Order: sequence, then structure tokens, then C-alpha cells
Amino acid sequence: MANFTLRVNGSARDVSVDADTPLLYVLRNDLELNGPKFGCGLAQCGACTVLVDGKPVRSCVTPMSAVKGAVETIEGLGSEDKLHPLQKAFIAEQACQCGYCGNGMVMSAKALLARNPRPTNDEIRKALNGHLCRCASHNRIVRAVQRAAREIQS
Amino acid sequence: MMASRREFLKTSGALVILFSLNDSFSQSTPARLPGSLNGNRMLNAWLRIDPDGSVTIFSGKIELGQGIGTALAQIAADELDVELKRIKLVHGDTALTPNEGQTAGSQSVQDSGTAVRFACAEAREILLSAAAAKLGTQELKVVDGTINGSLTYWTLAGEIDLKKEASGTAKLKPAAEHKWIGKSIPRHDIPRKFTGGEAYVQDIRLPGMVFGRVVRPPSPGAKLDSVDESLVKRMPGVVAVVRDGSFLAVAAEREEQAIKARAALAKSAVWKESATLPPSGPALYEHMIGLGVPAQTMLDKSAAAASPAKTLQASYTRPFQAHGSIGPSCAVAQWEGGKLRVWTHTQGVYPLRGDLANVFGLEPAAVRCTHAEGAGCYGHNGADDVALDAALLARAAGGRPVKLQWTREDEFMWEPYGSAMVMKLGGALDAQGNIVSWSHELWSHPHSTRPGQSKGSHTLAARHLAKPVGAEPVRDVPLPAGGADRNSIPLYEIPNVKVTKHLILESPLRTSALRTLGGYANVFALESFMDELALAARADPVEFRLRHMKDPRARAVIEATAARAGWKPGARGNNEGWGFAYSRYKNLGCYCAVAAEVTVDRKTGQVRVQRAVSAVDVGQVVNPDGVVNQIEGGIIQSASWTLKEAVSFDRTRVKTRSWADYPILRFDEVPQVEVVILNQPNQPFLGVGEGSQGPAAAAIANAIASATGKRLRDLPFTPARVKAVLA
Repeated sequence: MANFTLRVNGSARDVSVDADTPLLYVLRNDLELNGPKFGCGLAQCGACTVLVDGKPVRSCVTPMSAVKGAVETIEGLGSEDKLHPLQKAFIAEQACQCGYCGNGMVMSAKALLARNPRPTNDEIRKALNGHLCRCASHNRIVRAVQRAAREIQS
Repeated sequence: MMASRREFLKTSGALVILFSLNDSFSQSTPARLPGSLNGNRMLNAWLRIDPDGSVTIFSGKIELGQGIGTALAQIAADELDVELKRIKLVHGDTALTPNEGQTAGSQSVQDSGTAVRFACAEAREILLSAAAAKLGTQELKVVDGTINGSLTYWTLAGEIDLKKEASGTAKLKPAAEHKWIGKSIPRHDIPRKFTGGEAYVQDIRLPGMVFGRVVRPPSPGAKLDSVDESLVKRMPGVVAVVRDGSFLAVAAEREEQAIKARAALAKSAVWKESATLPPSGPALYEHMIGLGVPAQTMLDKSAAAASPAKTLQASYTRPFQAHGSIGPSCAVAQWEGGKLRVWTHTQGVYPLRGDLANVFGLEPAAVRCTHAEGAGCYGHNGADDVALDAALLARAAGGRPVKLQWTREDEFMWEPYGSAMVMKLGGALDAQGNIVSWSHELWSHPHSTRPGQSKGSHTLAARHLAKPVGAEPVRDVPLPAGGADRNSIPLYEIPNVKVTKHLILESPLRTSALRTLGGYANVFALESFMDELALAARADPVEFRLRHMKDPRARAVIEATAARAGWKPGARGNNEGWGFAYSRYKNLGCYCAVAAEVTVDRKTGQVRVQRAVSAVDVGQVVNPDGVVNQIEGGIIQSASWTLKEAVSFDRTRVKTRSWADYPILRFDEVPQVEVVILNQPNQPFLGVGEGSQGPAAAAIANAIASATGKRLRDLPFTPARVKAVLA
């Protein structure tokens, strides 16, 4: 076991875990954050995506020892009472069926909009191409990202 | 957490109504009641009106991302005359809700929605009759549960009795007066899913909970020979190791400890494997036919017809395909005083309860199954199996709850697949190009091996135990809905039709319900063959379908789809083309036509579906956006099945282990989809979740044929296969 101080969603959290523990389990089990999901454990599907210093990271394959920056999860964006424009847009577009992949979509979209505030549809598709959605809400997700981009701009 | 039903009612503040879910009645043949009311006949099984101004609806159907909870709330709010925000929903809990079997077959709005509708309309009548007596007038007007501006449902709730059998004759509100039904009400489950709320079974955390993992055999025929458990028992955090026959699992304090312990167990386990699997590739289909399972005749109709001028035959195949839920199956289980509590994303809490009770030799009453959402399942995935895994492991965890999630590999290797199928079609045209005869012969393994048998169990671990618990022989879902033969009977006007089925009961690879059951492959074959006949008749595919179709609702969706797609008769593309297909799901559900536009890259063999257009008639529409979401998602999922998906295996092992082995459609491959809804406000609900998959597959096949002049009959249309056909 090793001690880590994680910066998550703006606060410092102390955890004591093995250094090779994937960040995902610390977020879900120690910090009780539901946002990041276990999907494949192989960095193939994107459901576990969180941001580290603003960059999308697959938390299922990121050992605690490798986490150096500030972690942001979907909980850090906003709450049901105070939604982030991306959350608001995904809800407005009803951009899911089961929603299990939605966390990763939102987090990667956040990173995309930070570097490209008005992406084209093709740029959104490219940015999210490493995320799998099995219910096939892809087109709604693209519309949601466009809607959020418009709101953030205005 | 082990609240009994009585405690639940006490703590939830219900004033009046005690439950009676399974009351039986002395009449030998009770009148048939609408929807699921028929099997759950008491009004109070369906709703409770609380003094706090809320209404709770109890549904045996579960939310799996299809939006059923919101649709049921819309129905209840309209029939009761209350605001939508007053409606709370309880889904699938063997201690609380009616038994509605499986949430399957696109029947939730049809079955549960119809029951909720009649139960709420009748509850309203009972409330109004109590109000009439109090107020001394029959002139009653309800606004959001308040009657004539004075009395409310909430005060009357204590004075009326809903513990009575439904009549099934309550007067329903006419469509013109609906405030909620027919509107795209945003789904109530979505906000928490995008804010990190507790939304899934994976998010359940109980005091003292430990984490489980299971070590599955390396192949379907493998048996555990030896394993050194002692080493693993000494690993950090390990709470329990269970070895029972070939069932091997471990629980630990922390999830990553369980994962490490699982790896150590897997490394130490020695298995005896055997080559039990069929050949793969084209040999699989020869093998299935070669087993010589006798044919059952599903339809044999003959009538006078013009003599055939042209005959045609074609064979179509579909491989084993996976549900591929994004979140591997998960369950939480806890034992207390010989009783089992399970939180599960099963599609049927009562059938699962029965199977668990059978495995553990318990009375069903000693098992409580509570639904919690999982990732989208699209049918019978590992949900039920993981519930048994968790329960077996929890039995060794000293009363502590166990959360067990499968790995991606567990799910791909062990979920029951949609069965491989072979369809041989034949047909004849008369001199005018009209179809005079039709035959459809199919080979398939079963499409429904779900829990819910009266004896034994269909869960996976049950067969791995030292004393295996078997299952009753599988029966196919009977026609008209059908299972393997679902949608195999053409609904076109054809004088001579013969449909035969070879149901291969034994399957070394597990098979069960994948969205549409046999419908996807049968519609793919049937609607591909319609195009082949149309070509032989030198007819336009849309005109050819209309020529053979009388049903006005079918004609309407065909015409609306063609119109929206800008269908041009006779258009043939230069590696670009449109294809068309139609089906009525289960031959009795929703009507759906799909037109798909593809481009084919002859060099790479890559097929790209650019655009799809679909018109659908689901009867009365409860939530239009919900309908669009299902049809749109169905088309894209079907495009993925059709272009990419096949489970791979050798004679011993399943080779599909991860998404790298089982690619699905990605963002840059997804077509634009437009959906046209033909609402029928005065027609019954028909369901929507499985309407578009079959026609989407055939529309893609037909579009490739139109674009290239070559026909693909073997799913999936991978680049290698497309190149081979075009060569």
C-alpha cells in the first residue's frame, strides 16, 4: 500500500492503495464517484474516461502511480441542480438509451470543446471515435456536443 | 436493506392499501383482462395513492434504457388526471411489483402500459364515485387530483379500497384529451445518468460490501481438474474462495484485490478441455443442416394460382452474434438468515427468483430479486448468470454483501449468443411477375433459454456446479410471435406458402434471446428474397412490395418511407445505391419500413451506410422521441450486426474475447437516420424496440445489390466478403 493525495474535482483526497491500482477503482470505490464506468478494463471502450489536467484518460488502465495531475470526473462538471452546458445538452437531446457510455462521451467532449470550441460534426465524430456506444445514440451525442458548443459560445 | 414488504409499506407512508400480488381467484375461468392485468388482477398491485400527494406505479417491466419508466408515467398521469411529477415508479421487485415475466419482445408498453392504463382509469372512477357521494353531485371535474376545487385524491385515498380485482372495463380517456400521452416527455432516468447519480446496479454500495470475480473455464467443454486455493486465500484482502465443481470465484475487500486474486486463481487452475464446438465459417452452416434435425411445418397453405413462369432459390446465413453490452454484467447479492437478496439487471425478476430458488433448494419466498439498471442488454445477456455467481460467492462471505462484475472477456465468452441461422428461400413468379409460391426453410438453435422454468435453472454456473442443476428442455416461442421462426411467414399476398423449421435444440455454444430473436435473420432473408424476385420480375422493389401487400397500415409505412427517402424507381447506382425493406415485427407488432443508402468501395470492400430513412406505425404513440430513439438505435445497431459482427471460435474455444475481436460500428461509420412516425391515436400500443433491425439488414443488402449488381447473402458483410462477391 502507498499513500496518495489525489486532486479530484477541485478537492484533495487522501487514499491508501497499492500503487498499481487503476485510478478507476479508487474513484468508484474509495471516493464513491459513479461517473466513470467499468466497461472493458482494456482501454477499448471509453466508458471509464476522466480528465487529468484537462486531457481524456482511460482510468481503467491508469495506475495510481501514474496520476500526476488534477482529475476531473463528470461529477465535477455539475449537478442535477446546476448542470454544465454539456450535461444540459445531453439531457436536452436525450442523447442516450442506457447511458452507460455517456460518462466517457461527455468527458471526451469536454476536452474537445476546450481545444476546439466550435467543432464540425466530423471533428466531433473523430474525437469520439474511440468511444463505443451499443444502443447507437451516436447521432444524438453529436447533436448534444454541437448544442453544448453553441451554448458555451453564447 | 432487507426490508420486508410490510416494512417497506410502513416506512414509505402508505395509509391505506395493503398489497396482494398473487391473489388467486376461485372462478375457474376468469374473464380475460387487458394487458398484464390478466395475470395480476388486483388494482392495488399496480398503483398506490399516497396522502403526500404522490402516486406510485408498480410495474413488473424494467427500465433498460428504452424509456419504459417515463412512458408508463405518462400513461398513468393521463388516466388519473394528475401532473406527471406526482408519479413515482417502482420497477421489477419480487417483493413489490406484479409478476410480468420478462421485459422482452417489445411488449412493455403493450402489456404493462395497458395494465397501468386500465388500473389507473378504474382507480380514477373509484375516486370520483367516492367524491360524488361526498359532494352530492355527479358533476365532477378533476384538475391534477383535485376534484371540483375542494376534495383531493390524497384525502380520499384513505377512504377508498383498491384492494379489489380490476374490471378491465374502465372508460379510457379519449386521445384528444391526453395531456401527456403523445408528447416527447424527457426521460426521468437521464439526468442522473449524466451527473454521476446512482443509476446502475454497478453503483450500489452496501455496508460491509466486498467485491467478487469469477474464474470461468477457458472453453465451453472445460472441466476444472485442479487449483491451489490455499495460496489465493492468503492473498491480501481475500475474504472467500469458492470452488464447487467447475465454478471458481473469489471475493476480496477491495475490487483490485479481487482482480489480482482472480488472476492468481486463473493461473493456478488446471482445466481439462475438450473440442465440443462446431466448425466455424461456411462449414458451420453445412454442419447445422447436416445434423439432420427433422423439419416442422409452420405453415403450408395452397390456393389456385397462375402457373409459374420463373422460379428462384437462394440461401442466406447469419453467424452467432453477441449482445455486447458496454457494461459487463453485474449483481449484488447478500444472504441473511437463510434468505437471499439480489440486486440485478435481469429482464425478469420473478423468473430469475425461480431459478435461484431452484439452484439453492429454497422456496421462492426466501429469495428477493430487486431490479437495478445495467448497461443496455438487447436481450438475454449475462445478467441472470452473474446474479447466481454473486449469490454463490456471497454464501461464503459470512453475510456480507458481494458485488460481482464480469470482465469483458467473461461477457464475450459466456453470454448466450443470438443463434447462427440458415434460411433457404424459394419462390415462383407468374408471367406477369406476381409471386405465386413461396417457401422458407430455416435451421436454428433456440432463441429463448431464459430463466423461468418450473424446475432447474438456465443460469450458467448451475451447470458448472459439482452437482449440476440442469434445465428443462427448451421450447421455441410459439407462433404467431415465434422464436427461431419469428417473421418467417411472409405477410405478402401469396397463394402458396410453405414455411418449415429445423430447431436444433442442442447447442454447444449457449444461445438465447438477442433483440428480435429469429426475426432479424428471417426478415433479412425474406426481404432480400423479395428484392431478388422483384429483380427477376423487372419490377421496382417498392412497387413490387405494394403490389403484394393489402394491409393499409403496411402500405402506409412503405409509401411514407419511399416518399421521405426520395425513392426513384429503377435507379441503379455506380457503387452507390438505395435499398428498401419492410416488416411487421413478430407479424403482429409495429409496422416498419427502412430505406438505406450505401456506398461501396470496390477496392477495399468497405460498405458505408450513408443514410437510412424509416417510417413506423406503433399504434398509439406514447412518447414520440422514445419511438424515434428506438427505431434510430435499432437501425444503427442492425447496421453494426450486418456489416461487422460474428462471434469467432475454433473447435474448442471461443476466440472473441475483447472489442478488438468483435468490432462494432463507430462514430465515423454511423449513418444519418430519419424517422417518420405514423401515429394511430385510436389504435392499441404495438411496441417499438425491435421494429427496425430486420428491415435495416435487408435494406442494406438490397442497397449493396442495387449499387453493385451483386448480392450478399451471408452475414456479416465484411470487407473481405464484399470483395470476394464483387470479384
